[in-house]
This record gives sequence, structure tokens and C-alpha cells, in this order.
Amino acid sequence: MMDNGKVLDVDNLTVTYMTEKGPLDVVRSVSLQIAPGEIYGLVGESGSGKTTLARAVVRYLPSNGKITGGTVSLSGTDLSTRSQKEIRGIWGSRMTMVHQDPNAAINPSMMIGEQIAEMTRTHMGLSRKESRERALEMLNKVRMPDPESVARRYAHQLSGGMLQRVLIATAMATNPEFIIMDEPTTALDVTTEAVILDLIHELMDEYNTAILFITHNLGVIARICDRIGVLYAGEIMEEGPIHDVFKARLHPYTRGLLGCVPRVDANKKEISLSAIPGYIPRPDELPEGCIFGPRCELVEAACREARPPVVSVGPDHLSACRRHEILRDRSEKADETREETIGDELGHIVLEARNIKKYFPFSGGLGSIWQRRRSELKAVDDISVRMRSSFTMGIVGESGCGKTTLARCIAGLEEATAGEIELEGQLLDYSVNKRPRAILQKIQMVFQNPDASLNPQHPAGDSVARPLILLRNMDRKQVREKVAELFKAVSLPADYIDRLPHELSGGEKQRVAIARAFAADPALMICDEPISSLDVSVQASLMNLLAELQDKSKTSYLFISHDLAAVRHISDWIAVVYLGRLWEIGSAEDVFIPPYHPYTEALLSAIPIPDPDIRQDRIRLKGSVPSSLNIPPGCRFHTRCPRKVGEICETTEPPWQDMADGHRICCHIPLEELKELQGDGLLKTAGLRGNN
Amino acid sequence: MAASEQKIQKKKITVSPLKKFFRRLRRYPTTFIGISIVIIFLLIAAFGPLIAPYHYSQQDLLQRLQPPSDEHIFGTDQFGRDIFSRILVGSRDVLLIAGSGTALAVFSGLLLGLFSGYIGGLFDEIVMRIMDVILSIPPLLLAMVILFALGPSRLNVVIVVGFLYIPMVARVVRSVVLELKTRQFVEAARLRGETRLYVLYKEILPNVLPHLAVEASMRFSYSIFLVASLGFLGLGVQPPSPDWGLMVGEARTWFYQAQWVLFFPAGAIATLVVGVGFMSDGLRRMLLPGGVTDDG
Amino acid sequence: MGPYLIRRFGFILLTLFLASLIIFSITQFLPGDIAQVILGQFATEAAIANLREELGLNDPLHMQYLNWAGNFIRGDWGDSLVSRTPVRPIVTQRLVNSAMLAGLALLIYVPLGIILGVIAALKRDKLPDQLITGVSMAFVGLPEFVSGLLLISFLAIGLGWFPANSSIDPDSTFLESLPYLILPAITVSLTGLGYIARMTRSGTIDVLRADYVRAAELKGLSGRSVLIRHVLRNSLLPTVTVVAMGIGWLLGGLIVTEAVYGYPGLGRLLVYGIQRQDLPIIQAGSMIVVAVYSLSNLAADILYGLLNPRIRVGK
Repeated sequence: MMDNGKVLDVDNLTVTYMTEKGPLDVVRSVSLQIAPGEIYGLVGESGSGKTTLARAVVRYLPSNGKITGGTVSLSGTDLSTRSQKEIRGIWGSRMTMVHQDPNAAINPSMMIGEQIAEMTRTHMGLSRKESRERALEMLNKVRMPDPESVARRYAHQLSGGMLQRVLIATAMATNPEFIIMDEPTTALDVTTEAVILDLIHELMDEYNTAILFITHNLGVIARICDRIGVLYAGEIMEEGPIHDVFKARLHPYTRGLLGCVPRVDANKKEISLSAIPGYIPRPDELPEGCIFGPRCELVEAACREARPPVVSVGPDHLSACRRHEILRDRSEKADETREETIGDELGHIVLEARNIKKYFPFSGGLGSIWQRRRSELKAVDDISVRMRSSFTMGIVGESGCGKTTLARCIAGLEEATAGEIELEGQLLDYSVNKRPRAILQKIQMVFQNPDASLNPQHPAGDSVARPLILLRNMDRKQVREKVAELFKAVSLPADYIDRLPHELSGGEKQRVAIARAFAADPALMICDEPISSLDVSVQASLMNLLAELQDKSKTSYLFISHDLAAVRHISDWIAVVYLGRLWEIGSAEDVFIPPYHPYTEALLSAIPIPDPDIRQDRIRLKGSVPSSLNIPPGCRFHTRCPRKVGEICETTEPPWQDMADGHRICCHIPLEELKELQGDGLLKTAGLRGNN
Repeated sequence: MAASEQKIQKKKITVSPLKKFFRRLRRYPTTFIGISIVIIFLLIAAFGPLIAPYHYSQQDLLQRLQPPSDEHIFGTDQFGRDIFSRILVGSRDVLLIAGSGTALAVFSGLLLGLFSGYIGGLFDEIVMRIMDVILSIPPLLLAMVILFALGPSRLNVVIVVGFLYIPMVARVVRSVVLELKTRQFVEAARLRGETRLYVLYKEILPNVLPHLAVEASMRFSYSIFLVASLGFLGLGVQPPSPDWGLMVGEARTWFYQAQWVLFFPAGAIATLVVGVGFMSDGLRRMLLPGGVTDDG
Repeated sequence: MGPYLIRRFGFILLTLFLASLIIFSITQFLPGDIAQVILGQFATEAAIANLREELGLNDPLHMQYLNWAGNFIRGDWGDSLVSRTPVRPIVTQRLVNSAMLAGLALLIYVPLGIILGVIAALKRDKLPDQLITGVSMAFVGLPEFVSGLLLISFLAIGLGWFPANSSIDPDSTFLESLPYLILPAITVSLTGLGYIARMTRSGTIDVLRADYVRAAELKGLSGRSVLIRHVLRNSLLPTVTVVAMGIGWLLGGLIVTEAVYGYPGLGRLLVYGIQRQDLPIIQAGSMIVVAVYSLSNLAADILYGLLNPRIRVGK
């Protein structure tokens, strides 16, 4: 094997799984190289084979998986022919891995420091004492606060962001040539994700390590990678330097993926997302010819006949599309702009929730049952929202901020502790069990986890039929017709009515759940992170569907999400929540333009935007969200606020400051000053994109 | 277009369920053995008494403790009774007593577990504390003491078995219900105003049944174990009933002279219990793939 | 952990109280009159009436219960109706015997079960696993009187390695009685062995699938180090609880096994007591068994808490 100066050289790699149906080639003829100091971003949706590729690269395939073609070499060492014993010597010393879920990837019963140290003892021949020092040094390197005490702690005592730092410290402890990072930030909040990405970036400037960064998030890739490879159904569709690929987009799949990501400078009224039709094919049913052919709008007869070759379309830039010239001519595909059908006129008030509070009695650990003073977990602490018909209110915040609890209180699934919930002028009972049918019919909900939201024992059609029978008193024939109509409305084929949930994909289940919610013909629909567990292309089609359905039905949405771009796309108004309270509320456009609340600012600067040219201001939050049991006095945000002005923040609750058009911010800093500090803000920079 | 693709896909996935079943059986030989044993014993219980060559209590004092022969293929016992016939007839007893005891436990445990888990609160607290207390007495001891009070009879053995295993079943059902209760399809049902009974019966119960089936088959194997042990100790079913455990207990006195008197009923018990155990393990693997593997 | 222990201990007291209620009330169902039972069929009416008075049988039930419970706590467990001697020395001596047997059994089946379970998990779905799971499932299902009699006929009668009968002399030392203990101990062990092996297997398989084990392998640590430091450290933790849960079975197994071997333990005493309707023996024996069971569960909880960093050190 020739040493070409690359750290990782994957050449024509094919990985095969032996299954009950015979051998399946899950990854086919993939080639990629990574140079020292380079971060290579591998993007793909679920089913693209990115995990298999990663495991093949490190020679850690499950027992039924095998490399059946090609080679993998690490700085000239051919890994594919090494014995398992030799590979074990390479693992941890020359290549390491950062895993997806930091909570699961750290041994719960071993101290943190020891988990870093054991590796250095094995591979660097350090003594116990030296290895302990090395662990501390690495914890310092990843900017761990108070490393000495962290080294003596266990996994359950650290937050997700800190654990991810530990994993990075572990991966770098032996100075490896090559690190695989497998979705290292997916399990984290957007603000923590930004901090971790910064950290990786800084460390890479310092070290000369090659990194294979696997993710489904194009925004993350745009932020930290040098090169990108787009993986689809086990093959690389396009590969090249980050700017070239994001700008030229010389494969229809790359274009499709980028078109699915909501933009931060436009919403559903202006554009609809260009979802990719169809599904990713399974490895046993690959189409003839181009594997993306069945979903491609540029497909022509020749595409269906033979697999298109991978051709060079620019310096270092490859595409597996026969028609890349046409794509180049089209340069940037214009976003589908909507005709102005979505009206702006003010509807009647649907929901008015005033001063909602939800406190949970809390008993910490087993012992506190004996404690006299029971603490309260203030999940929602005085939040008011008002919504009009055919209107979407987006609620954003980090996990644990109380946004879901607020939604559940409005739905009546949790009984609020205090406050008033008024629906179309009628005061509602706190508990869903006590609300009359007429009210129930008006509030419906779509849940986060599609797997849990349908009863596994009931056919999809039955789930949709039930609200019709119960809330709209339809007879059998009407029900049958209406169910068929609803399935059509959510773009599911009629024969799905009889399917059981396990026969549906995640996106299809969520469509059934949406059909079930719309079956009641509600005035208010609460969407609790309805798209966050799905692939980007599925997210896009669901957001389009929700927008379409709202247009027809005039239903109002309360849309809860941690994904600011999605919220920006779908909402008319946005409310920003932190530690159980609102900090900013206003129209979606206004919230994204300065002045905004320092917390909003931090959230916005953390959004991973799939455009390598955008330079976002780096506003990073320190530490993690304080516990709702122990809410800081004064402004609740002061412990992490990047713009804290002084003592007043610690002692006095900030006032609400009003701007035009109902845009309000709760902060001590005067609006003019905020505006000055924040300058042009994010949207202005992002706006450049349109001028390109 | 997408729809027709999907259809093809679906056809490919669904191999005939029977074929799938046998494919799985092949992978787990113990399951296959277990199911075969249980079927054989069920057949014996159904038709055994019809083919039994002698009446189970027919004594022949001239033919005491005869080794297996053409006339008595399993030999005879201390009263000259035909052991083969007694085992055939006894199978019905075992399956009936252990079976009804299990059914009683499963039914009551299901009800208690369902309501305890679903209603929660004080009711749940009280029920579960009572279950804890019952569980804190070793089962065989409790069975002995209760039978001592009620007096040994078939019906009482059924009652005791039923009573003893209620807490185990109730606990399993309750934990499944607690988990299901937080699933969003149950919340969706509440949001559309379903009655509590509907939610319990239509949304929760169908998802409890696979767990219940596994639990029931396991309880059945423990019930046979318990009934046989009680019989052996002389505290369960009384003579001259052809209870297998009792037969072993009685045969102990002649252990040195005539070991067959003991081996055949003991072998029958062992085969049946192990068979049911294998079957229940197979059920678990098929009905609850990747599920919890807790028993006890 | 302090307050938790107090709570757990409180629960044990409650359990013992409720169990004593159950045991006391069940023994009230007894067919026939205790005084009659004691004095025999030919006793005169007057003698029976006298004895009833003496035993407090004419008092209201709750008084009888309080009386009994009070005496029990004070250490007066009554006299055996059959032998007319105090119950306490009999029960304690039998308890010691049973404890010897149970202890020996635990020494056999806990380590063996863990080893087999771990091997089965590591060789999952391969031949060793199929063998171990198959055999352990069979062991779990085999009643002690069946396995015990089989062992006697092969190892005692057939090969003559061990005595077939274990009715040891009460005065003999542990070493003297050891040969008599081995067969019964093996018999009681089989069920527990199967149970521990199965639970260890499933626990270990869960841990083997955990991300942190994959992470440890990819750190390039030696196989032994991954197994001991990452797999077993986590998978054996729940075994502590599993062993404690199995104690209930062990106690049941002792009753049957002691009957099979004629071993003078607590279980055999209870069976005798029931056969001869010896109330004080039944009451005291049952209470002791319940207490032992509860305490062993408590001990397991404490041990689990001490070993598990999640409980030992809070957030």
C-alpha cells in the first residue's frame, strides 16, 4: 500500500451483512481519504449505512458483517488484513472513537479519571500515577471546570455536555492519528452542541489529527468540517471541499437534503420546503441504474439503465450524477415560493392562557421522604400566551425549560397548579378528565415519539376512526369515508388504513398521528416536538403537511421544539422559554432580529446553519441549565447570561420591555443598548445568502 | 408510485407466519422440546385414562412391588397397583390442579395489577403493600401453613396455589400498566375523552396480554412444582389419589427394594415441569423480544 | 442512605407484624380444640376446661394474639404440644442446622451460577450457551425431591460416595456432619444454580450490549480488562439482589430437601409440626423463617447500595 500522506485511505470499500435473506451489501464501493488535521464530514439519513461504514473503518463490525471488497488503511497500514489481535493494538492508540450518547458510552461504575487513565496505561505504558496526571491534563485540555474533582466523580454526577467533554478527552488521550466522531452532539441541547463544536474546532487547530465526523445534521458539518461526503443508501453521492459542495451542490440528493432544512430568514408563508419524494431504498431492493433515480426529478432513461460513474466535477470534487452539468447551470435552485394564500388577517382568539404555573412536589432520592420540608419543582412558573385562529405559536427553549409541561397543562394532561386557561372565551378545567366533550374536540395533540403515540395493537385506521365516533358522533359509513379522506389528506395510501403501526415507518406513523388529531377537527393543536426524532427529509415533508393542513382547516398550532430553524419556519409568533418562564415573545421575524433577549441571542448563535459562509457571532452559555428546584434569584438567567450587567441581575426580577407589534423582552438591559450590542444580528448575515 | 413500491416491500417481508414460527423453533431447540412435551402431556391427560390398562386404585396384594414387565410396563407399587395406569390418570390431576390454580392466580393477579397500576394512589399503595407482605413469606411455607389451616383437599390446593401466585402476577401486570400508562397513545385516548374503562380495556389490556401469557406459562410450571412438592410432603392431595408427588412420597419407604415405584412418577414430574419451563422461555422469546428477563 | 435504612427496617417490622397476624390467625382455623388435642381423646371435660383457662383460650382473640406476640418478643415461644418442652431451644438448634446447610448450598451455587451465567452470556447462542441455559432451565424446574432422590440413588446407593441419610446427631461438630451435608446441599443448590445462572446471563448480555462496553473495546483494552472492569463490574451488581430474591426459594427448597434426607433442620421441624398439629412449633418456626428471609433481603439491599456508586454517591 502506498503512503499518500493521507491518514485514512478507504479504497473501494464494500461491506456485506449475512442475513436470513442472504448477503446484503450495505456499503458499496466507498472511497474516501482524510489528511492530517482535516475534519471530514460524512452526512447521511438513517439507513444510509453511515454507522456500518464507520464500524468497518475501525474493523468493529458485528459478527455477521464482513468487508468483502476494497481496503482501509491508516497511514499506510492496511487495516483490512490485520488480525483481530493486531487491530486491538491499534484501537485506542492510533485511532479512537467519540460515541453518540455520552450517557451510555461511559461506564457508570468507574470513576471518570480512571476511564481516561486506563487507556494511557495500556497504550502509552504509563504508570498509575503518570496516567492519573495524564487524565487530569486531558480534562484540562477539554476545558473541564474543576478537573480534579471531576476525575473522582461518576457518570451520573455529570451533565451531558460535560460527559461529552470526557469522551473527547478520552479519545485524545493517546494522541491518536485518527478519531471517528459518531454523531457526537446529537444527544445534546443546541447551546451545548455549539460549545462542544467550538471545542472540537479549537482542539483540531492545536493537534494534527484526522477526523471522520459522522452526522445527519448538515448545519453541524457546515460549521466545523473541511470536506463533506454525502452518503445515500450505502454509496457516496457527492464529495468535496465544504464550500464547493454547499455552493455548487452537484448531486440532486445533496440539493434535496439542503432544500429540506428550514431557513432562518424565511418562513412557511414565503417558501415551502422542498421535501424529497419517496423513501431511501433498502439494501436488498436497490433500483437498477442510479440508486437515487426513483426519487430524482432530473431522472432520464439513461439514469435507469446503468449505475452512473463517479466523476470529477471540480478540483477535489466528485459527484455520482450523470447530469451534474445541468445542476451547475441551474446554480441555486430557487426556493419554491408560496402564492400568498396564507392570510395575515387577525382571526378570533382561540386560546388565552394566563399566568400558568405548574409545580411538581419533589422528593429527591429515597431519603427525602423523611424530610420535613418538601421542595417543589417549578416546571412552569407564570407563563401567559394568547393565540388566534389559523395561527402558529412556536415555543422554544433547551430541554428541561418547561415547554412540554406548559403544553401538557394546556391540554389538561397535567393539572396546572395555578392560572387560567380559556378556549374561545370559555374557561377550562385544569384536568382533561373533567372537560366536556365539546372542549375535548377542540384541543388535540401530536406527540414527539411516533413509536409510542399509536397503540401497537390497533390498525392505523382504527386510531383515526376513534375520535370521529367519540367526538363527532359519526355513523359507521361516515367514519369510513372520513378516515379515507383523512389518510388522503396526510398523503398516506388507502391500504395503510389496515396496517399495524409496526408496519409503518417513523414518518408514516407521525402522519397517522396527525390524521388522528385532525379527525377531531380541533381549533387548537398542540405539537410537542412532532418532528425532532425524524430524518431531515421526513421533517421537511411533515412541516409542509402541517402548513398545508393549517391553511385548509384554520387550526391553530402550539408548536414546541428545540429546533429554532424549524420553529422559525412554521411559526407566526415565537415564545422563548427558560427555567419555566417567558423571556421574549414576538412575531417570528422580530424575534430573529435585534434587539433580542440575551438568551434568544445565545440560542440563535448556536443554530447550526447549513451554509459554511455564514459567520455567526459566538455567544456561548456557560455551564448547564440550573435545576428547577433551585431557581436563581433575580433574573433567572443571570448565572449563564453572557450580557449580565451587574448586581441588579442577581437581585431584581427584570421588567418587561415593549416594542412595536407586540414584541416584548424581559431584561434589565434597555432595548437601545441591546440593539447596539447585538449589531446587525444573525438575520442580516444570513440574508447575504439570498444575494449570492 | 411510492404506494406500489411499499406494497411490494410488504409482500417480501411477510413470510408466512407459520414458516417464521418454525424457523424460530429451529433456532431454539429447547422451545421445540418444551412445546412437544406439553402437547404430549395434554394428550395423555385427555386420553390417558381411556387407555389405562388397570383402574388406578385397583389393588392386587399378590402383585406387590413387581418390577416393570409386559403386564405392568412401569411395574406395581406397594399395594400392587399398576404404576403406569396411575401415572396416566394422575396426569389429569396434575394438569387440572396446577392449571386451575394458575388460572385463578393469573385472573386475580391481572385484575389487581390492572387496577392497581391504572388507578394508582392509595389503592395501589395498599394493594402493593399487601402483596409485599405475602411475598415476604417463602411460598412453600405459606402454602403449608394455609393448607394446615384449611385441611388438605384438591380444592384447597387449587386455592392455595392461586392465592400464592397472585402477587407475582399482579406485580408483573402492574409494572407493564405503569409503563403503558405513560405512552402517548393512552394520553391521546384521554384527550379525546375515552372513559377510563375503555382505556383500560381497549388501549392497555391488549398490550398487557403478551406479558401475561409469558407470566402465566411460567406460573404454570411453578404451580406443578409446588403441587408436587406439597404432595410429596403429604400436605397436599391425599391418598389414594394418584398424585405424582404423593406417589413419590409414599414410594420412599420402598426405595431400596423397588426404585421404579419412585422413578416413574418422579420422571413424569420432572419431564412436565421442565417441558413447561422450556415452553414458557420460548414464549418469552417470541412474544417479548428484547423484553425484560426478570422472573422469580 | 441512613434514612433509607430506617425506612427499610420499618418496613421489615411491619412485614413481621402482618406476617405474625397471618400466621396467628391461620393457626386459629385449626380443626378441633387445642386443649383437646393436647390432652388427648379421653380427657375429661373438666380437665379440658382447666387447660383452656390456663392457655388463655377463653380470652378474646386479640388478647390471645397480644399475649402470644408479647411472649414471643420476650423470648417465651411456648412449649411444644407434643414433647412438652420449650420450643425456643428446639427451634434455634434446628435453625443452626438449616443455616449450615443453606450456607454450604450458597457457597456452592452462587459462584458456580455466576460463572456459568457469564460463560453463557459470552458464548451467546452458541453451544455452551445452549447447554448452560438448557440445563439451568431444567434445574430451575426440577423439584428438590426428584433431584434429591436421583442423587441418592446414584451417588449414595449406587456409588456409595455419600451417606444416603442425613439425620445427623445434634451434638456433632460441623466437620463431623460435613459428609452428611454434601448431598442435601447439592440438592438445594440445583434450583438456585439454575436461577442465578439465568439471571446472570441476562444481566451480562444487557451489559455486553451497552455502549460503554463497545467504547471500552475500542479503547483497545485487553479482553480480560474489558470483561472484568467494564462488563462484570456492572453486570454482577444486580446479582446481589438476585441472590437475595432466591433466598425465598432456598428456604422452600430446604423444607423439601430436609424431608428427603431426614436432615434435622427447621424445614423438617415445620413439616413435623404441621403433621402433628404442634401449634407453638409452627408459629415460632414460621416467624423465624419470615424474619430470616426479610433480613437477608435487607442485607442484600444494603450491600447493593454500598456497591453501586449511583446510590452510594448522590448527584
